Amino acid sequence: MPHRPQSACGLGDRLFRHQLTATGVVVLAIMAAVGLFLLLRAAQALRAVGVVKFLTTAEWQPDVHKFGIAAVLTGTLLVAAVAVVVSVPLAVGTALFISDVAPRKLRRTLVTMVDLMAAVPSVVYGLWGLFFFQQHVIGLSRWLSDWLGWIPVFKVDGTQPGEPLASDSVYTASTFVAGLVVALMVAPIQCSVMREVFAQAPAGEREGAYALGATRWGMIRSVVLPYGMGGIIGGTMLGLGRAMGETIAVYMIISPVFVIQPHILQTGSNSVSSLIALHYGDASTFGMSALMAAGLALFLLTLAVNFTASSIVARSRSGAQSEA
Amino acid sequence: MTVVDETPPAEAAAVEAVPLAPEVPDVPRRIGGLTRSGVLSLFGAAASGLCTAVLLFGELAPFSGSLGFFVTAYAAFLLVYAVLTGLEEDGQAVRDRVMTVVLWTAAGLLFTALALVVGFTAWRGREALPHGNFFTQDMQAAGPLDPLTNGGIAHAMLGTLIMITIALTITVPLGLACAVYLNQIPGRFSRFVRTIVEAMTALPSIVAGLMVYAVWILGLGMQKSGLAAGFAISVMMLPIVIRAADVVLRLVPGNLTEAAEALGAPRWRTVWHVVLPTARSGLATAVILGTARGIGETSPVLLTAGFTAALNANPTNGPMISLPLAVFNFVRSPEPTMIARGFGAAAVLMALVLVLFAIARVIGGRGPGHQSKRQARRAARASRQDLERFDELNAARGAGNCATSHEAPAPDDEPASAPTHGDSH
Repeated sequence: MPHRPQSACGLGDRLFRHQLTATGVVVLAIMAAVGLFLLLRAAQALRAVGVVKFLTTAEWQPDVHKFGIAAVLTGTLLVAAVAVVVSVPLAVGTALFISDVAPRKLRRTLVTMVDLMAAVPSVVYGLWGLFFFQQHVIGLSRWLSDWLGWIPVFKVDGTQPGEPLASDSVYTASTFVAGLVVALMVAPIQCSVMREVFAQAPAGEREGAYALGATRWGMIRSVVLPYGMGGIIGGTMLGLGRAMGETIAVYMIISPVFVIQPHILQTGSNSVSSLIALHYGDASTFGMSALMAAGLALFLLTLAVNFTASSIVARSRSGAQSEA
Repeated sequence: MTVVDETPPAEAAAVEAVPLAPEVPDVPRRIGGLTRSGVLSLFGAAASGLCTAVLLFGELAPFSGSLGFFVTAYAAFLLVYAVLTGLEEDGQAVRDRVMTVVLWTAAGLLFTALALVVGFTAWRGREALPHGNFFTQDMQAAGPLDPLTNGGIAHAMLGTLIMITIALTITVPLGLACAVYLNQIPGRFSRFVRTIVEAMTALPSIVAGLMVYAVWILGLGMQKSGLAAGFAISVMMLPIVIRAADVVLRLVPGNLTEAAEALGAPRWRTVWHVVLPTARSGLATAVILGTARGIGETSPVLLTAGFTAALNANPTNGPMISLPLAVFNFVRSPEPTMIARGFGAAAVLMALVLVLFAIARVIGGRGPGHQSKRQARRAARASRQDLERFDELNAARGAGNCATSHEAPAPDDEPASAPTHGDSH
């Protein structure tokens, strides 16, 4: 920090400084309160069954003290995994398209459209997934389970490969469908993080690559992608955090089950956030405490993922200050 | 992209025509842009991909449904395109062409999905939207079996308006001040705050709802209300607004603030008169985008606002409902009319988000430091007035024979406004 002139140490500036620091403290306090109050409220339930049992039980019957997040946590992770596997190629492709391929005049519009897509309410995605997308995905689900059913993840109980009369209903409301819809929700978020980093790839190195005779893809592979690796990883994890926390779209699509469901194509799944949305209304005091514990677990999980993400993005970001 | 070489094709052909050249001639590579043969092979490959798919489909390919058809056609298209390009280009160029097509496809898929989501909502909303009562009535008198001419979403629209107003009242002052803090008072603590805020931008929205539920409803014993929902939306929006505003404030050119400080302005004046006005459009965009996110959130409202079918304009008393929550509740009913109402409400919500985006685009269309015509005119006028004032001052001094004295006190807003004017010329 440069040496401040005398005038900057006046009363007005000192007040200004203190006021701003105070807002910083307030914001920090609000953020800390989220974790703190969840912990306080969750303590009762966690003390009743113990943390280990809470993490390993699949059922959810808090009133007979038999509850845990094994099933919902598996579901959350599987939905997030499907979402990330589908969204990352889309996001990387779109980010590269916007930063390097698209006609220059279009770029600003495309950036706005990606931002718009990130702001489309999740309930709208949920509606779309439930009433439109699901029936079109069933063909893909059926194909995957017919041909790749020998891989445990793609197995669907109660179907024979190639059986034409099998009912579609075993493929609906599955982890896979929910994951695809969530993928569309997180892809724009990942895309905007990646695009920002890609756009910062040094122009000198880009032109150097071209001067050495690289094609555009050659330039992208040798300059933009290595430079933007941090952005790709960070953006992916940011999307992962969002995918794990998504509530309404998942809740609308899946049909909740309280067993560990490793078959992503099969109907029935669950997630921590839809568990909360499902049970908050009819929960007793103890049940509410159990839900708070589930919320706390989700909170800690996403926080860990987001911290990793933002530190990776921050490390890859060069020159935070920009001069005119 | 910046070094596109416009080699006329004739020249390139001439270079190639030189027979038995001992050294490889240097032909600048075309980067981007379209050639005639490129376009032709693109269309050829598309046609043959489509034909292959028609031929194979249902006979050999094990797919079913329209999705499978497109996948088969696309794979065939890529293959044929690679082969066609390979007829006249080297391996690198083939890879480049194919990857360019793949990137176009990725972007195309994402934007098609966006168009489908928006279009489908609007299309299904067409049943409910033409009825005027949909916007003016609440659902108190309308049962699930009533036709669309009865009942509407006025209560949800009012609820959304009230909740977002509460949330904005909290997040705008707090969020912008915090963003200024992060930028203006660097140090270990502000770095820590920034890290926390960045990690919180992806806070699951249901956790924000749970937190307000734990504090406000369980802790303080309040009932579910619009105010609680407003708080929950604030907790969710705050990190988003701070982060977006922080990014915008970072873009304020350093030479503007340095000029202000060189003129002796204290830090708070520099911020108030230089930094904030320069970043105004970007800050407005940050707030509007945060609003768009806040309006669409369902889960915090689900936990904290309760449910009502009646119009309730009092945020402190009784349950209140917002648009996304209304959508959620409508489509849980099996009745077609209720689902139609749900889509209508979703279309209204979507339209609201689109309008907010259009406003953000208009306001934020310029980068920081760039002025609209009116702002530039105003700045020029102020500049001229300053000039006249200086002239008068000098003239008065000349008359008073004290040209060497420099005691003339600068007017209050002088140090701050001068640099912005300088920038505009």
